[in-house]
Amino acid sequence: MAGSGKAHLRPEGDALVSVEDLVVEYPVAGGNTVKAVSGISFDIKRGETLGLVGESGCGKSTTGRALIQLPSPTSGAVHYNLVDLTKLSAEAMRRRRTDLQMIFQDPISSLNPRREVGEIVAEPLNVWGPKNKAKQKALVDEMLNAVGIDPDVARNKRPHEFSGGQCQRISIARSLVLEPEVLICDEPVSALDVSVQAQILNLLEDLKKKYNLTLIFIAHDLAVVKNISDRVAVMYLGKICEVAGSDELYENPAHPYTQLLLVSSPEPDPTVVLDRSDTSSGELPSPINPPSGCRFRTRCPLADDICSSQEPQMQEVGQDHFVACHHPLIKVAEAPAADPVWTEA
Amino acid sequence: MSSFLPSWIRTMFRVFWAMPLVTKLCTFWLTTIILAAIFADFIPKLADPSYQGFLFGTDVTNDGQSLHHWLGTDNNSRDILSRLIYGTRVSLTVAVTAVAFGTFFGGLLGSFVGYVRGRREAAIMASIDVILAFPALVLLLTVVTLLGKRNLLVISLVVGVLAIPYYARVSRANALAVSRREFVAAARAIGTKDRTILWREVIPNVMPTVLAFALVSAAVTVVLEGTLAFLGLSVQPPTPSWGVMINAARADLRINIWPVIWPSLMLVFTVYSLNNVGDWFRIRTAHKTAAL
Repeated sequence: MAGSGKAHLRPEGDALVSVEDLVVEYPVAGGNTVKAVSGISFDIKRGETLGLVGESGCGKSTTGRALIQLPSPTSGAVHYNLVDLTKLSAEAMRRRRTDLQMIFQDPISSLNPRREVGEIVAEPLNVWGPKNKAKQKALVDEMLNAVGIDPDVARNKRPHEFSGGQCQRISIARSLVLEPEVLICDEPVSALDVSVQAQILNLLEDLKKKYNLTLIFIAHDLAVVKNISDRVAVMYLGKICEVAGSDELYENPAHPYTQLLLVSSPEPDPTVVLDRSDTSSGELPSPINPPSGCRFRTRCPLADDICSSQEPQMQEVGQDHFVACHHPLIKVAEAPAADPVWTEA
Repeated sequence: MSSFLPSWIRTMFRVFWAMPLVTKLCTFWLTTIILAAIFADFIPKLADPSYQGFLFGTDVTNDGQSLHHWLGTDNNSRDILSRLIYGTRVSLTVAVTAVAFGTFFGGLLGSFVGYVRGRREAAIMASIDVILAFPALVLLLTVVTLLGKRNLLVISLVVGVLAIPYYARVSRANALAVSRREFVAAARAIGTKDRTILWREVIPNVMPTVLAFALVSAAVTVVLEGTLAFLGLSVQPPTPSWGVMINAARADLRINIWPVIWPSLMLVFTVYSLNNVGDWFRIRTAHKTAAL
């Protein structure tokens, strides 16, 4: 799966955010390097929702943080509106931050326990204006109402007086008060009860329409991603395996790993007899010393020699459906009529 | 509580009533000695702490408790109660100065290095470790001896400066933990400047723990002043401090034990109270920030 390649990228200009060959590595004790993200590429069109799924430790949160340069990636490019964010100075990046906002996994830890909710939501305005208190209050109230929190009740309370779901709503209000273009949601519902998860997901859908947001939705729960995403990218150990439209991916998984993820999800119907015969066991290999070739080969039922020697490249297996695998579960579509190649005169 | 009182006073009463009984008593004790230290000059009929009655033959030396001298008199026939009250000034001034110094400089320094990390952290923490490796009492003796002056200000400042490394360590450890939390990442994602993040997000979350440590270390400081006084390196007679009083009365221990007992009891109660209130404060603030 360790897929490289950019066949799945759409023409430049179409994408609001496009990521090319993103690499994030951390030094760890003993002189080793954790290869958290190893050269992934993807793009997001304006108004689209991209789901980023994978197991814990596959680098999806790291990718989300690298997009907003917290911290900056080791190499690779993150284009936003055709500007490469990785090349900006710290101050120039700081000024761009209003366009790309992020909400985090732990809703309670995302809010400073010593500040009042009104202050927390107004903080982006303290940085970027308007600084006028009355205007700030109007904006904060509007945004708290938009996320379903009563501003008159919440304004002077502290985060510990709210439930996880309410804290996540406050977090969303804080990131949206700057009217960003892109909202990166890093597992925003995985710490919440199932009933609350649905509320937050619906809220995100509503806000997306209301404020014309482009969403990057990071999650390990396939069911959550399916409903909210237009396009889904499946990650494994710092690489992208498969990219497809949400329905296509769930109906016709082309990568053995995607299939494994789908088979592993619990079925809410107890009468269904599950076929788990091909559920691969095993742990995620260490990102310090990832397997050669295809990174999924150690757990893949279809792996053979070529998988350990060659890294698979992204190839198209269907309409807007790309997979990085030597043995895709869908046969490669007839090579589409080659686009005319324009040679520079 | 009457509604005409300002809200902060009502809050203080509410917090006080919510304390466990022992903590209430300790708070009461600390409040009493702080008030006694501040208002010592205004307590009516309080005897002059430096008055040596034996010179005039009007008063008794090494007397036990009496109606006239509630806690008795010492070997120079001075009233022990009034000396204790004035001695509170020295002990508390040293404690408060050291705590203020440590909390302010040590707390800021530790929070700063804990947030910025990197080379600045390595350099500052290395020098702090070197200072900590020195036995504090030896360092204190050297500095006090070299300075020559032994007034209250010098003693307080020396103890205060020596306290800074301990506060820096405590606050750095907390700043490290706080800086990893997601609200700091969120602040950076918003585009808040580092200096603002340090002041608005990190330091307010580090300070409660540092203040709890400050209360406990104030107790250590009170004992330290006592130790210095006992060694004759604190304020000089006739200025009273609890340590000075214990030291002076030591010679006549077999004749009259009370001049040693009273200041020792003051030390014990005060140190215990500071520790108790410090623990209570630490538990209370930890409880409030607990996540999920």
